Amino acid sequence: MKTSPNSSRVWTAASAPVVELEHVCFSYDGERVLDEVSLVIGRGDFLGIIGPNGAGKTTLLRILLGLLRPACGHVRLFGTEVGQFRQWERVGYVPQKGVAFESRFPASVFEVVSSGRVRRSGLGRPLAAADYEAAQRALETVGMAPFRDRLIGRLSSGQQQRVLIARALVSDPELLVLDEPTVGVDAEAQEQFYSLLHHLNRERGATLVLVSHDIGVISQEVTRLACLNRTLVFHGSPEEAARSGALAEMYRLQSWVVAHRH
Amino acid sequence: MPEILQYGFMQRALLAGVLIGIIAPVMGVFLVLRRLSLIADTLAHVSLAGVAVGLLMGAYPLAGALAAALLGAVGIERLRSGGLWGETALAIFLSGGLAVAVVVIGLADGFTVGLFPYLFGAITAVQPRDLWVTFLLGLGVLGAVTVFYKELFAITFDAEGARVQGLPVGGLNLLFTSLVAVTVVAAMRVVGILLTSALIVIPAVTALRLARSFRSALVVAVACSLLTVLGGLAASFYLDVPASGAIVLSGILLLVFVSLLAPRW
Repeated sequence: MKTSPNSSRVWTAASAPVVELEHVCFSYDGERVLDEVSLVIGRGDFLGIIGPNGAGKTTLLRILLGLLRPACGHVRLFGTEVGQFRQWERVGYVPQKGVAFESRFPASVFEVVSSGRVRRSGLGRPLAAADYEAAQRALETVGMAPFRDRLIGRLSSGQQQRVLIARALVSDPELLVLDEPTVGVDAEAQEQFYSLLHHLNRERGATLVLVSHDIGVISQEVTRLACLNRTLVFHGSPEEAARSGALAEMYRLQSWVVAHRH
Repeated sequence: MPEILQYGFMQRALLAGVLIGIIAPVMGVFLVLRRLSLIADTLAHVSLAGVAVGLLMGAYPLAGALAAALLGAVGIERLRSGGLWGETALAIFLSGGLAVAVVVIGLADGFTVGLFPYLFGAITAVQPRDLWVTFLLGLGVLGAVTVFYKELFAITFDAEGARVQGLPVGGLNLLFTSLVAVTVVAAMRVVGILLTSALIVIPAVTALRLARSFRSALVVAVACSLLTVLGGLAASFYLDVPASGAIVLSGILLLVFVSLLAPRW
């Protein structure tokens, strides 16, 4: 059973929203892929962003992470304009598996996870004992500690996904951004994956943003749902999304096959 | 003392070979994994233009090579960050560097003999001054890689993830490419411009078949490279064949051997 959205939306100066997007737009070669997207993500939210292929989901994520500059509008992270934002250790990013790294890369699980501390430990300084302890803790959180000396390329997709999550967690981020994290991951690993996210969100109070094409699962797990199709078609709780017909509209746009879980 | 070590030129050759044998494969592991192996070859050709200009002006050729290679490194990074496809930028610089070298040689018309050792290497003709230059350049590369090891690992493993972490990826790319430029110039006297990238790439590829972690990949690459350099030098001495070719061929031999024994990927 899910509890109701847990963020009481009262913001003081100290607790600015984690992410604010204001009238954000973006074009590739003159073609508008995002138009007038405004979205506020509060502390403790678990936001799912869904939409058909080409809806601009990944573009929106890249803008949010400062990897792309929006053509218009404003993006703020923790109250700071993204262009001026420097506290990147507060943000964890889990990229699409298979896009992030070469599958034969000769790195051990522990090396990959430790690399998440690169920024926190300072430019040109070696990783310290505290960094390795944090890496070990992150591995334990995702249940991958027994695999720490394995080569990353020798793991299953689901295990690699958990290692990438551990890498994102190792700097103790307040915001965790995940791009299509369950692509190519089998059903059992997906279950583990969502219960891990549930734990991070409810017990640790991490704010989560998850982009997925898998509406069925996502609408059961998240506390907020954003339906994107170049513009923001809907933003609210999953229950409201179901009532408003926004979900039905999304299904129609990309004939998703969804098994409703209980 | 075995006969091979009784000659001053052979002692210098071994020392230079060992120094290059350590730094070249370290850069090679990063280059191969970033799919930028061609950068080494490109910078080697660009540095040839520097050697030609240096010889024309009567300056120290390795200084000209270093200046040209570093300029090439900056140019390549600018083109790459400007959105030009990596390979395209490299192809332009590779042919451009060679073109400048050919034109300068044509203008001078007469020092082709002077250029030959830089093309094919002349490790047994290494002078004490070259040895010092190689030593200092090598030490610089090793120091920089040690200091920025975790940053270089991060941009090699997942450049975008490194950017999200707030690392200055553009600056680190430039640093890295400059280190490759320095390595190429340092390796020039050992195997020559035409074979430099082989010394950088082949031991790295061999190591990737054996590595159990990134750190072990670096260690194994250095071990393979030293084995290669020493084997090549011994073959050169006893079989009386050019050292550069013998070194590269022994590297390839080792790669084939390892591939047959450990066909992991």
